[in-house]
Order: sequence, then structure tokens, then C-alpha cells
Amino acid sequence: MGPSGSGKSTLLASIIGTLAPGFTLSGRIVLDGTEITHLPPEQRRTGILFQDELLFPHLSVGGNLGFGLPPRLRGKARREKIDAALRDIGLEGFAKRDPATLSGGQKARVALMRMLLAGPRALLLDEPFSKLDATRRGQIRALVFERARAQGLPVLLVTHDPEDAESAGGRIITLG
Amino acid sequence: MALSLTRAAPALTLLALLGPVTAGLAGTLAPAFGLMPALGGTEVSLEPFRALFGWPGLPRAVGLSLFTGLAATLVSLALTVLICAGWQGTRAFTALERALSPLLSVPHAAAAFGLAFLIAPSGWIARLLAMPLGWDRPPDILILQDPFGLSLIAGLVVKEMPFLLLMTLAALPALRPAQSLATAQALGYGRVTAWFKVILPRLYPQIRLPVYAVLAFSVSVVDVAMILGPGTPPPLAVQVLKWMNDPDLAMRFRAAAGALLLLALTVAGLLLWRGGEIALSRLSARWLTAGGRGHGEGPLRALGLGFGALSAALVLLGLIGLAIWSVAGLWRFPEMLPQGWTLRSWMRHGPEMLALFGRTLLIAAMSSGIAMILTTACLEAEQRHGLRPGTRALWLLYLPLLVPQIAFLPGLQVAGLLSGLDGTLAAVIAVHVVFVLPYAFLSLSDPYRALDPRYAAVAHALGRGPSATFWRVRLPLLLRPCLTAAAVSAAVSVGQYLPTLFIGGGRVPTLTTEALALASGGDRRIIGVTALAQTGAAFLPFALALLIPALAWRNRRGMRHG
Amino acid sequence: MIRRSMRNWLPLGLAAALTITPPTLALAEAEPADWEAVLAEAEGQTVYWNAWGGAENVNAFIDWIGDLAQDEYGVTLEHVKLSDTAEAVSRVLAEKTAGKDAGGAIDLIWINGENFAAMKRQGLLFGPWSEDLPNWQLTDPSANAALTADFTVPTEGLESPWGMAQLVFYHDTTRLPEPPRSMAALADWAAQNPGRFTYPQPPDFLGSTFLKQALIEVTPDAAALSQPVDEADYAAATAPLWDWLDALTPNLWRQGKAYPQNAQRMIQLMADSEIDIGFEFNPNAASNAIANFQLPDTVRSFVLEGGSLGNASFVAIPYNANAKAGAMVIANLLLSPQAQARMASPDELGFGTVLAMGRLSDDQVRLFDEIPVGIATLTPEELGPTLPEPHPSWMEKLEEDWTARYGVAP
Repeated sequence: MGPSGSGKSTLLASIIGTLAPGFTLSGRIVLDGTEITHLPPEQRRTGILFQDELLFPHLSVGGNLGFGLPPRLRGKARREKIDAALRDIGLEGFAKRDPATLSGGQKARVALMRMLLAGPRALLLDEPFSKLDATRRGQIRALVFERARAQGLPVLLVTHDPEDAESAGGRIITLG
Repeated sequence: MALSLTRAAPALTLLALLGPVTAGLAGTLAPAFGLMPALGGTEVSLEPFRALFGWPGLPRAVGLSLFTGLAATLVSLALTVLICAGWQGTRAFTALERALSPLLSVPHAAAAFGLAFLIAPSGWIARLLAMPLGWDRPPDILILQDPFGLSLIAGLVVKEMPFLLLMTLAALPALRPAQSLATAQALGYGRVTAWFKVILPRLYPQIRLPVYAVLAFSVSVVDVAMILGPGTPPPLAVQVLKWMNDPDLAMRFRAAAGALLLLALTVAGLLLWRGGEIALSRLSARWLTAGGRGHGEGPLRALGLGFGALSAALVLLGLIGLAIWSVAGLWRFPEMLPQGWTLRSWMRHGPEMLALFGRTLLIAAMSSGIAMILTTACLEAEQRHGLRPGTRALWLLYLPLLVPQIAFLPGLQVAGLLSGLDGTLAAVIAVHVVFVLPYAFLSLSDPYRALDPRYAAVAHALGRGPSATFWRVRLPLLLRPCLTAAAVSAAVSVGQYLPTLFIGGGRVPTLTTEALALASGGDRRIIGVTALAQTGAAFLPFALALLIPALAWRNRRGMRHG
Repeated sequence: MIRRSMRNWLPLGLAAALTITPPTLALAEAEPADWEAVLAEAEGQTVYWNAWGGAENVNAFIDWIGDLAQDEYGVTLEHVKLSDTAEAVSRVLAEKTAGKDAGGAIDLIWINGENFAAMKRQGLLFGPWSEDLPNWQLTDPSANAALTADFTVPTEGLESPWGMAQLVFYHDTTRLPEPPRSMAALADWAAQNPGRFTYPQPPDFLGSTFLKQALIEVTPDAAALSQPVDEADYAAATAPLWDWLDALTPNLWRQGKAYPQNAQRMIQLMADSEIDIGFEFNPNAASNAIANFQLPDTVRSFVLEGGSLGNASFVAIPYNANAKAGAMVIANLLLSPQAQARMASPDELGFGTVLAMGRLSDDQVRLFDEIPVGIATLTPEELGPTLPEPHPSWMEKLEEDWTARYGVAP
């Protein structure tokens, strides 16, 4: 936790490997026993969710999910995997939809599922719930943590909302 | 190695430009200081500048260039902003947007000829008045070539406003204007005021380079100024061209000195403009947050749409006028339409034009393609490695825009000859790249930099490397600005006259070299034919730039702008 | 893939900028006196003729010459259309700067007057050659001084004439039945009809020609004009001209606050009924404009009393031309009776022929007798005497002074 400007997002950027030029990183980042400090971002397998869902507006909902799937999965198997994932988050038959037509909660669920399909080894959350309304917020938060637990993923959540921090049920580190 | 190539892209781009640019500059600098061995100038001397400053028309010519350039830019920008502020997202705006690509593809000179035929004392508007007023001769009043350059300013605005509008439309989507506007309007701000307060401050930095390009172009424009601008004295750029083309070859020294002065003038114009920007942003800082909601915006909106529609109408009517001229028999004042009709001009020149269409488009496609590859490679290098060509190096890229072409070319021609490529298609393409690249860069760089970097972060987090991120995320998201930049580049290439002639050595004729030579006879019938042919060639890329995203994103609301 | 494409393109761009190759080796130099050798060398050559492309009838005539050259001599002619002859001069200058002293891109230039003087002075022309052309024998330089002195500058065999031009005025008979026929009368007419006359802005060639024509009429000492200007009393010679212009200017089109840039713009003003009198350095201009629907068929030509300025159009070969033999063949072809008769026809160019009828065979003379009369073209008798051009230094000084007096003050 920490107030705005305390470096929460910068911390996440250094972990996923997109630290802006001008920052210097010292120390090591170790995930699952392997050091990822110097790996390019795409090889770190660190999933991230931002405050905005950032669904690719040029792709369909199914296309967004497919983007996270590894390329070796092809054809029918790929389509089935996507359909199953949509069913899983209660959006059956949404594969061809334009992401711009989804509601906020729907978008959040697609973004989460897209990340999970990429098979991350850790989950980084950059205030992903702060834009949702109170009822959705609880639901999505529960969904995210439930999935992370089910897949045994370590989760790092940055937030300035004590309630989010509490509900993560983990250690709380305060920055700044 | 992909990595090292994108890393090297900025340096390579600058290097590719450096040869031609240095050669072009040397070809201007040396004779300006008396050096030109082929004409017996072997000693450094200030005589060319003495001769330049001894020319009695200089103060007025300098004043005219600066005034018309600044005024044309200011009016074009103001109209662009007013139209967007008042009408973005409305049906009227869509209509204006549709008219945009035909407007952009009309060559400057053709638009100027068309405008001249509309507003001259013997033009279409006067002919409309002639009947009720009983004129059998046009009134002897000074509309075209007026000493203050007002008709020149009008001729520039009708062409530059659409360009800025296009640049704005390419930059807008990344700013998500609809959300910001809705927020401000919900706070009780009027539409125009909201736009000025929440969109413009973010938009302007993104269209700043195109605005500077418009300014540099307007200060140094020659063809439009020769048709609409004053002649006693003409703006400096026109006078430099006259000296350059003077049969007395000794005048070339003075021409080179004049070209350097014009370069200085362009830089001065840019500095003045920059000063204005800073002053305005200081002055407006309080206004932005003072809470004024702005009411009674009706007149402002009407003004924007009115002048926007007027300027579109002027170009389109001018083009229709030229189209009628191309099939006109005898057509005299005060007749609204020709006495007779004939296809003769088309029969004579149509086949020639058609034969050159293919080569013209090939050169445009190749040069804009190369420019786009270099531009995206540079911008991609910036995204991946934080490599910027660096502001100090970047201004080199824009030199071909700042230095008046006529002065730039002799040096370039010499370089072409030394390279041994002179007179080949490859050389023509290479020299087009020099003039096209700045436009590709300034059209694309700001939208590229403005793209939310978190899309790339997400793609990386999903396990996609830089290459896949570029092809599958960044490029599709930037499809519209990329195609716009390519279309602008292609249109710039289609319009190149002197570079094609000088480097092609007469061996690589294009639509434009042919069109300008034919049109130098001054017959409006032939100007009509050549202008329509050139418009057609430049229209094609613009049409594609509009059509492709419209088709590709017909089911993607998030990819539409507005 | 961007990587692959970049690999292909970047080095190419660099090569374009950096590669330096030695200039092409010079071909065997054509010796114009040995005409058979010239013909042999010319066969198979391609000649790039750089000529203004703004006149349809000239373009068509050049095409016709090209067909003839191909059929008779196996020479291919390419017309490089220019919007200004200065573009060709720039080209040769750049080639000289780059040290390309052979294999140049231009083989033949349509040139005269100041451009010729400048290129001659700078040593940019090949020659002498023109007086060795077989068809040169058909001309009579002793009777037509314009063939060997271009604006008083001796041609010295560096350019070959192909057409005679003269300053000719035109008017629309329905609007102005009786035009003024002297400079003095012109000023009086303009005073009574303000705004109906103008002239192209000097230093445009035609505008300067108008000044010289006026100077010849009003100057007290016309003989001084053939001397270089600094050897004459310039102020005394030109004072009446400036008085005359001071009186005329307020009565000009737009009160002299704006001028048409060139002859083409003046025809347009005539077509738009903005002015009532126009002029061109081409006796056939009015007929051409009528044929092109630019002017109504009620337009007629006239000349000023006392004669009009006239000169010849030439072709020259740059010092580094690639196909000199081919270029000479074209120049000779332009002097052939067949080409000259076609050129002289008002249906084609309507330029005056440079040939001397007395040197032609009867068959050749008949070609000229069969030429039709143009609707608004004057016969050679009506055209009257040709006045010689003043020394070029007068033109430069006049242009400079005109600009200071009328060209920079709105």
C-alpha cells in the first residue's frame, strides 16, 4: 500500500520488465527460484492487470483471449479453449463481440481471463478494482483471488484502498 | 538481429538523409558566399549578400513572406480547432470529414488556379453578379495579387486547414476525447469551452509539428504565391525563384543568399510562433481553471462550420470550374458556362497522362513505403530502447521542409551526379524519400508516442515479444495514423516537380513533370486536365487510407474516433 | 517482416547517398564538317531535346520532327518538356560542378537571347558547329543579321536558328475596332480607357521586350542602344521612357499595382475581357489562341508603326552532350525546307522561316507558297520591318530600374 506517487506502479513495472528509461534497478527479482531480473518482459511470465482493462480494441473478445494463448494451441482446440474460458466467466457466446460493447464488469472479467490463459507464474495487480462500482468490485475481487488461489499463483496487489488490501488476505507492505 | 536493427534505425535514417541534406545545404551555402567554381566564383565573398540587401524590394518581400506565412498558419489552425471544438461527433462533422480527402489530394497549384477562377474580378462569382448588375466587362479591382497577400493567405488556408484537420483526426482517438468532453459538459461547460479547456491543451502538443510544417511551407511557398500572391514585390520565395531562373547566371549567387535569408526567415517565423505558444499558455493557465463555463457559443460554432464549409466549397467549386474548363470551347466573361464543349484537351493529353500514371504511383508507393519503414523503425526503436534520434539530430530530418526547394536542389543534383545514380528511377525514388520522410515522421510520430504504453506492457505480460507486439498490437492500433501518414507521404511524392526533373535528368518523366510543363502554357483547359489527373493520382492513397480502416474496423467501436 | 525489409532498404538508401562512380568516358567527338561521319555516328543515338512544353503546337511539331528523324536517320528524339528554360541551364551547370564533362543528360536546348549569352560566357556550349550544317547553305546571314547575332551577341556557330519571331500585338475587333499603332497613341488611348491595358512584369522576357520596344520609339538616340550601356548616356537615353511610363502607369490594368507574370497570363486576361490589347513575341499567337478556343475569332493581330523587335529562336548543344552527332542531325533537320515550311504554316507554329527563298530550288519554294494564311496572322509584308535588339546590357539595366520604380512599390 502507499499513497499516489510513492512508486507502487514503478515497482510493478520493474517486475514485469517495462521500467521506463531513466530509472535504475538494483537488486534481484526472483520468481519460482529463477532470477528474472534481466529477462525481456515477454519471457518473465508475470501477468498484470491494470486499473483500465486495456482490452485490445482492434480485436474481438475471443481475439483478446486468444492473444494470451500460446501459439502451439491451434485450430479447433484453440477455439474450444476460448469458448470454455468464456463460459467460465459467464460470457458464453461472446467470442465474436466487440470489446467496446461490454460493460465494465464484463471487460474486467475478460481481462482477467486473458491474463490467466497466458499461464503466468505470478499475478501483479495495479489497482485493478478501483474503477468498478461497489457491488461489482466485490465480485471481481473475489473472482481474481479465487482464481489465483486455484492456480497457486503468488499475487502482488498495489492499491491505496485499505479494503482491497484487507481482502487480499496477505501481508501488507506500506510504501512512502 | 532484430534488436540491433531497430536500435540502429535512427542512426541509419539520419545517415540516409545526411548525404542529400548536406549536399543540398552545401549547394546553397557555398554560392551564397560567392563560391561556385562552375561560374567562376572561387573566392569567399559577401557580395551576394550585399546585392541581396541592395535590392529595393527586400523589406516588403520579407514582411510579406512573414505576414502571409504566419497569418495563413494562424487562420488554418484556428479554423481547425473551431470546427473540432464545435462539431466533433456530429453529422456535420462527418460530412466535412468526408470532403477532406478530395480536398487534400488537390495539388496546391490546382487549388490556387481554381480559387483564382472563382474570386477574380472576371471569375465565376463576378459572372454571377454580372447579369443583374449589367456588367459586360469585369470591374477593374484588385482582388488577386493584392499587396497585402490576402488572397494568397486564403489560397493557403483552403489547403492547409484540411491538412491540419487530418492530422488532428489522426491524433484525437488516443486522447479519448468523448470521455473528457462528457466529463466537462457534465460539469456544466459549454461544448466549445469544454473542448478548449480539456482537449486542446493535450491535443496541441500532438499536432505541433504539423503546425510548424504548415508555417514553414507557407513562408516559403512558391507556386500558390505566383498565382495568388502580389508581384510588386512578390514574397521572398518567389523572388528567389526568379533570381534562380534568371538567364543572367550571376544572379544565382544572389539567389543563394536570398535562399539563406528565406531559411532564416522561416526559423524566425517558427521562433515567433513558439514565443506566441508560450505566451498563450501562460495567459491561458488561469483561464483554464477559472471555472468560466462559456455560454452563447452558437456564433463561434457557426463561424467554425461556416468557414470550414466555405473553404471546402471553394476548393471543390474551383475543381469543378477546372473540370468544366477541361472540356470547354470558347468561354468568355460574363458567360457562366462555355459557349461550346470539346473533349479535345482530354484526347490530346489524356493518353499521355494515363501512360505516366503507373510510374508516378510506383514512385509514390516506393518512396512513401521506404519513408514509412524508416519512420516506424525509428519510432519502434524509441518504444523498445528509449532511443530517440535526439532533438539535436532530429532537426536534420526537417531541413528539407525548412530550406526552400529551389535553393536546395542544385546541390542535391550535383550529389546525384556524383553518385552515378542520376537519371535513374532509383535516384528519383531516393530523392523523393528525402522530401517525403519529414511528412511521414511528423504525421506519425505524435500518434505513435501517444499510444498508451500499457497495451505493450499487457502484450509482453501475455508472453509476446517485441516483434509480435509491434505487428499484432501497436500496428493495428495505429492503423489509421499509419495509413494517413502513408497517404500524406504518397501525395507529397506525387506532387514533386523540381526534384523529379532535376534528379531524373528528364529521363524519368512523371505525371507531375508533364503536367507542370504543359500547364506552363497557361491555358485553363490544359490546367484543368492536368489538375484533375494529378488530383486523381493523389486521391487514390487518401481514399485507401479512409477505406481500409473503415472496412477493417466496421465492427470495432473502440477503433472509431470522435 | 520489418526486419527483412529494413535489411533490404537501408543499405540501398545509403548507397544512393554515398556511392561515387567515375564519369562516363567521352565518346568519339563528332566533327561537324564531315557530315557523312556525323550521320553515321548519329544513327541509333537518342537525342534528349530540352524545350519548353507549354505550347501544344510546339510539342506536336517536335513530335513530328522526331518521327522524321527516326525514319530518315535512325535518330530517336525525346522531348524533355520544361516549364522554364532555366531548368536546362541549371542542369548543365550542375553537371559542370560535378565534373561530368561528358555523357551529359541534355543533347539539345531550345534557347535564345540572355540564356544563350550566359551559357556562351560560361563556356557551357559545344561548338562551333552550326555553320557546318549542310542546310546552313539555304540561309542568307548577310540578309538576316538575326541568324548570326542573338540579341547582338555573335552566335559564332554555337547555336543554330530554326524560327523567326517578332513582337506582334492583338486586339478584339468587336471591342476595339481601331487599336493605337504607336507607343504615344497607346498611352493616349490608355488615358481615355483606363484599366484596359497591361504588360507582363519585367524581368519577364515579354515585359522587357515591351520596354525595349517603347525605348526605341521614344529615345532621342536610337543608335546608342546597340552599344553596351555603360558606353552610352543611359540617363539621357531613357529619360523619355520613364516619363512615358509615369504617365501610362496610373492608367494600366489595376493602376499598375499588379502585373501579369508572363505572356500566357496576358492571353488569359484578354480571354476574360479584362484587357483589350495584348501582345506576344510570336506572329501567330492570336491564330493559335483562336484555334485553342482561348480567344474568339474576332481577334486580329497588328504591329506598331516603324517596325517591331524581332529575333530568331535557336537550338544549342551543351558542351558535355551525350549525343552531339544526333543533336546536329536534328538541328539540320529543323533547317530543312520541309520542316521550315511546316513550321511556318499558321496551322502548325506560324514562326517565320529562317531560310532565304533565293537559295531554294523551285520545288522547295513551292512548299512555302502553299502555306495557308492564318485567320489572325499577318503576312510578312504586313508584319513590316524587324527592329534589331539593343545590346543585352540595356535589358539588364532597364529591368533593374523598372523594378526599383514600379516593381516594389504597391
